Amino acid sequence: MMEDNVIIKLQNISKKFEDDVILDNINLSIKDKEFMTFLGPSGCGKTTTLRIIAGFLESDSGQVIFEGKDINNLPPHKRQVNTIFQRYALFPHLNVYDNIAFGLRIKKMKEKDISKKVYEMLELVNLKGFQKRNIASLSGGQQQRVAIARALAVEPRVLLLDEPLGALDLKLRKDMQVELKNIQKRMGITFIYVTHDQQEALSMSDTIVVMNDGKIQQIGTPIDIYNEPKNAFVADFIGESNILDGVMLNDFKAKFSGAVFQCLDKGFAVNESVDIVVRPEDVDVVPVEEGTISGVITSNTFKGVHFEMIVDIDNFKWMIQTTDYYPVGTRIGIQIEPDAIHVMKKSEYSGMYGDYSSFSDEIEHLSDISEEEE
Amino acid sequence: MAKKSLTKKLIASPYLVWAGIFIIVPLVIVVYYSFFDANGEFTLEYVSEMGKYKNVMLNSIWLGFIATVISLVLAYPLAYIMARSTANVQRTMMMLVMLPMWMNLLIRTYSMMILMQDTGIINSFLEKLNIDPVHMINTQGAVVLGMVYNYIPYMILPLYSIMAKMDHNLIEAAEDLGANKLTVFKNIILPLSLPGIASGFTMVFVPSVSTFYISKKLGGNTFSLIGDVIEMQFKSANNYNLGASLSLVLMVLIIICMMVMNRFTGEDDDGGVLI
Repeated sequence: MMEDNVIIKLQNISKKFEDDVILDNINLSIKDKEFMTFLGPSGCGKTTTLRIIAGFLESDSGQVIFEGKDINNLPPHKRQVNTIFQRYALFPHLNVYDNIAFGLRIKKMKEKDISKKVYEMLELVNLKGFQKRNIASLSGGQQQRVAIARALAVEPRVLLLDEPLGALDLKLRKDMQVELKNIQKRMGITFIYVTHDQQEALSMSDTIVVMNDGKIQQIGTPIDIYNEPKNAFVADFIGESNILDGVMLNDFKAKFSGAVFQCLDKGFAVNESVDIVVRPEDVDVVPVEEGTISGVITSNTFKGVHFEMIVDIDNFKWMIQTTDYYPVGTRIGIQIEPDAIHVMKKSEYSGMYGDYSSFSDEIEHLSDISEEEE
Repeated sequence: MAKKSLTKKLIASPYLVWAGIFIIVPLVIVVYYSFFDANGEFTLEYVSEMGKYKNVMLNSIWLGFIATVISLVLAYPLAYIMARSTANVQRTMMMLVMLPMWMNLLIRTYSMMILMQDTGIINSFLEKLNIDPVHMINTQGAVVLGMVYNYIPYMILPLYSIMAKMDHNLIEAAEDLGANKLTVFKNIILPLSLPGIASGFTMVFVPSVSTFYISKKLGGNTFSLIGDVIEMQFKSANNYNLGASLSLVLMVLIIICMMVMNRFTGEDDDGGVLI
């Protein structure tokens, strides 16, 4: 039964809390040495999945398979996985050295070997010389590093990270992203990473699992997930997307916004209604007479690298990014290359996302903050 | 700036006055009575009379210590269970712990007398079961039981509050690193609850050592504790000086006990430790 390289397999995992379905039939294979990210909004079930793998929670049904063996009934302390907690969970009554040595002492290693390992770990996380420090005297970033050192010291096969960078400021978070990725490569172990930050997921992962409503929406590489989203939820959650109601006239021919476009998608029924995704950076702005369709700019915001415009085309508000400036009120022509159009089957999320009619920078910003505070 | 500090002083003043009248002044009076006789002459006579009460003093400390240890052993698991229960269960259990404290100490102690008398409720119940009656009242055991019964809430509360605050992630982190339940308890829960143990210990030990009412009612006239002796000096022997010096010595002994205790529980700047 065991497939190549698969270290953890989740089979038909479901979980309810009281009457709320938290996980609905999760099936997933995680490869050895892979950097896998569970990505989704709060309440999508990503942390619950992580806790089931760690053994802190039992699923109502389904199996967790570790290297071909069912570990459903194995308590956390016997599993070869270790967790980095969101708030680090360092032992406040122990210093840095004793925190890192905690797991090694339980293994009854010789004090000489423990000491060697602790110093090795301190070096790995760039905390040389911190061994005697009190936990309370460390900054958030330093505590995070101690937590990583403590978990890696016991040489787990899989490291579980539950939004580990959520409490850090932006600059530190970017640095730690690079560092975590480096540590993962150097140690050669599997990382399972939970986050709601799509940028973080895209830049660190080998594989992303997009989750919502307790279901896996899509599994794929960051590039696949971005370029070939499976449904409106994924398209909207990862990056910015204009998601339009459209019809597949035939293979390679899609009709939306009152015009027919060439595309690269096929295999749909004739006249099947579909969702069309166009990324804001993939839209070409041209003079009105050269455009396939046209619209009027209703707002324009300078973002540094580009301008972000909201354009009313046929009563649908598009987001379009350009490097040229056009004043608000201008009518512009739009052209879309075939490879910029992505066609998706209709799903339960159709019509819920991808319209920028109520878009404002401020709202976007506020929703980012509230999400981070959770 | 000056105005602000004046406001601060004004706000603090009632407390300072209170502390002065009810804490500092009585302490000074106790010290004065211990070292000066009726004519206002300095004397060590009263303090040196202490030797006569050495055994009573040691016995009081011993019984207080036993009562405190029993309270700790009983309260610790209860506090742990409470802290891990759902909010509703926590509230109910807290209520049950607090309930006896709303009743007067006298009534509580009298009801224990009625329970433990030779012809009391427990013994008449045993009689019905054809079991020989047990002599309980007027023994040291009865006094210790009375201390535990009366003061155990003061042990439960600090333990509960420190355990309820404990981050559950720490326990999970320890399990995650390979610790079984026993190791988690020994290496995480116990060391983190030491400040609670220290304050519970203080809050049960101090009143137990100096009690006079419990020992009088449940210990009968078979033996007396230091609290009884001190009470006697003021009420019947009319020897305020000896009473004061006994109180002073008792206070010093308790402070020494607490300092030893704090040595065991680590840093004394951890929150919750009273002395």
